[in-house]
Amino acid sequence: MAIGFEGALSVHAQALEIRSRRAEILAANLANVDTPNYQARDIDFKAALASVQGREETLKTTNAAHLPAQGDAPGELLYRTPVQMALDGNTVEEEQEKAGFSDNALRYQASLQLLGNRVQGLLAAIRGE
Amino acid sequence: MSLFKVFDISGSALRAQTIRLNTTASNMANIDSISSSTATTYRARQPVFAAQLNDAEDEAAGVDVLGITESQAPLRREYRPDHPLSDPQGYVNLPNVNPVEEMANMISASRSYQSNLEVLNTSKQMLLRTLTLGD
Repeated sequence: MAIGFEGALSVHAQALEIRSRRAEILAANLANVDTPNYQARDIDFKAALASVQGREETLKTTNAAHLPAQGDAPGELLYRTPVQMALDGNTVEEEQEKAGFSDNALRYQASLQLLGNRVQGLLAAIRGE
Repeated sequence: MSLFKVFDISGSALRAQTIRLNTTASNMANIDSISSSTATTYRARQPVFAAQLNDAEDEAAGVDVLGITESQAPLRREYRPDHPLSDPQGYVNLPNVNPVEEMANMISASRSYQSNLEVLNTSKQMLLRTLTLGD
């Protein structure tokens, strides 16, 4: 049985990458909470992870003349729909962004913990103790 | 590693909010700065914020202070003929600073500062945890 590091670390390494990207985007939203006309952005974590894993669902083409479905590229930056828009055109809702950021940070640490356990498992296997 | 960029983004926000707090402090400090001519009277100052969207490949933007604008609201005029700075008609000009507006602005700026600082701290912890991966 071959043990590859890629396979052993599994989805967690990719999840961490997307989590850190999302942290950056949410931090930008919070930084621009008072910027007129700034529009809050976010990514769809599930779609982004699926696209990284190459398991995204695409439309089936049954004829040579069919064009491949482009659609929204998964992991693409989306705009948030505000519940209450500010008068100056800013769509950042601070509470929502804060909650999202905390949630993202916690999940990042969870992925990190799981990844750490994997590394420890590999180390144990290498030492063979 | 995009987490490092959070420091730039939140840092720019901290800087912008500090400028906002400074202008509020300046406005409040000069609320009674009397002047004889309308040209030299202090006017309420406000910073103008804009997202840093100069780099096309950057998807997350920090915040920039484009400049400081002076309020064009009418100045307050008071009849005080005994004041040494009064004009020939006996009027003095007072700044157009609205203390209620300034206080609301100050609270908003300090709250934004706090939340950006929190983001910075959380990101720091995330990075520190990442550095000790597999220990």
